[in-house]
Amino acid sequence: MTTQNATAKLTVRDLNFYYGNFHALKNINLDIAEKKVTAFIGPSGCGKSTLLRTFNRMYDLYPKLRAEGQILFNGKNVLDKSVDLNMLRAKVGMVFQKPTPFPMSIYDNIAFGVKLYESLSRSEMDDRIEWALQKAALWNEVKDKLKQSGLGLSGGQQQRLCIARAVAVKPEVVLLDEPTSALDPISTAHIEELVHELKQDYTIAIVTHNMQQAARVSDFTAYMYLGELMEVGATDDIFTKPKRKETEDYITGKFG
Amino acid sequence: MNNSLYLRRRLINGFNLTMSTLAMAFGLFWLGWILLTLFGNGLEAISWATFTQDTPGPDSAGGGLLNAIIGSLMMALIGTLIGTPIGILAGIYLAEYGQRGWLAPTARFINDILLSAPSIVIGLFVWIAYVQYIGHFSGWAGSFALALLVIPVVLRTTENMLRLVPNSMREAAYALGAPRWKVVTVVTLRASKAGVITGILLAVSRISGETAPLLFTALNNQFFSANMNQPMANLPVTIFKFAMSPYENWISLAWAGALIVTMAVLILNVIARSLLKKEST
Repeated sequence: MTTQNATAKLTVRDLNFYYGNFHALKNINLDIAEKKVTAFIGPSGCGKSTLLRTFNRMYDLYPKLRAEGQILFNGKNVLDKSVDLNMLRAKVGMVFQKPTPFPMSIYDNIAFGVKLYESLSRSEMDDRIEWALQKAALWNEVKDKLKQSGLGLSGGQQQRLCIARAVAVKPEVVLLDEPTSALDPISTAHIEELVHELKQDYTIAIVTHNMQQAARVSDFTAYMYLGELMEVGATDDIFTKPKRKETEDYITGKFG
Repeated sequence: MNNSLYLRRRLINGFNLTMSTLAMAFGLFWLGWILLTLFGNGLEAISWATFTQDTPGPDSAGGGLLNAIIGSLMMALIGTLIGTPIGILAGIYLAEYGQRGWLAPTARFINDILLSAPSIVIGLFVWIAYVQYIGHFSGWAGSFALALLVIPVVLRTTENMLRLVPNSMREAAYALGAPRWKVVTVVTLRASKAGVITGILLAVSRISGETAPLLFTALNNQFFSANMNQPMANLPVTIFKFAMSPYENWISLAWAGALIVTMAVLILNVIARSLLKKEST
């Protein structure tokens, strides 16, 4: 499908996904453009989060879930049994709906992921943590309390901490699964700005319930309904002249 | 508003509230009576000598519980040291590794049986499997029996506490590319630390009052002995023996011992609760 003159970072081909017997994703074909933001919209239960969670094989944590088809990432099918999941997830980072700081200091929250794959000296680690927190627009608020627990931050700060944590391991793709749905409008605005910043270095896929948000932050938008990918294209086109009636109905608020 | 419906609901509410309050009062009444009797008799019996002298022989005056206190502490400590790691590791297995296959459900089921097994069965088991084999009662045998009581309690609390850690936290750690053992040790176990420690304390308070498993394993010892290969004095069996004796000083020492055990359990429970409370705020 179309992702005009941008190289694809993730290429999804004939993807089917099953929760036991339930067919949750049906023949998905899609390209995720490199260093662009691709938004997934659609009513609850349409499979947008499910799709996102196939990109880093998060579903693999649970029994009875399986995916068929291809998701090419750097030329390899991530659905292959032989794929090293830990390496994959280090390259395809994810931020979730609810902020999930680990029960440790702000510093250690970010160092946790970095330490898994790199052995940095103390000063290099300090630099990396400052860098990640700067990226997540959190540095100024927490630079004097890096040793305090990450649990003590506000919800919006916690979510930015999670983004810093994901960015700190220097992934190639960042998946955002409704990252602002638990946050207030000001924190949401912070995070949306952040998404703009981050796409200079990372490929971003974001699932959102909020269509205005999709319109604001994304370059491409994919509309999903009942496990099918109905339409995908440049965000401007999807919101101004959708090709399908269903898409138009959804974005104009006739249902959903 | 339908007034008769509302009145009916209020009546039912009042009835339920009264019944549950009465039930609580009934339970507390006996507990209060037990504690009152215990403190009345125990405080009278307890003295400095209780902690400095060994248990007296038949027909001799005075005496204390030093050997029994030390023996109980040693066996509870060693039992906990043996049982806790096994319980924690097995709990981790059940909560974090055992989602697929038959092993985890089977182990959980057997653990539930072990959890509610009468402690005298545990005592008999160690007697058959160990005491008969080496040919004499010993402190080690007592510790093994206590360890067998510790394992199911620690296992169950560890598993429950790990399950309370939201999956989103686990997913967040996996999403960074962390291998499973890292997720378990650095994230989920740390998140449930207070609960796991509470489980250990509850297990310790459970074993510190157990008589039956020691009766067949450590037996008792009238004299001071820190030798784990010999029969070992301990509070529960001493209380049992002294309380049924005709000697007045023995009976009063039994009260003192009962008070000491109760206070120890009470203190452990208070610590366990305050730990959990601290975590939840």
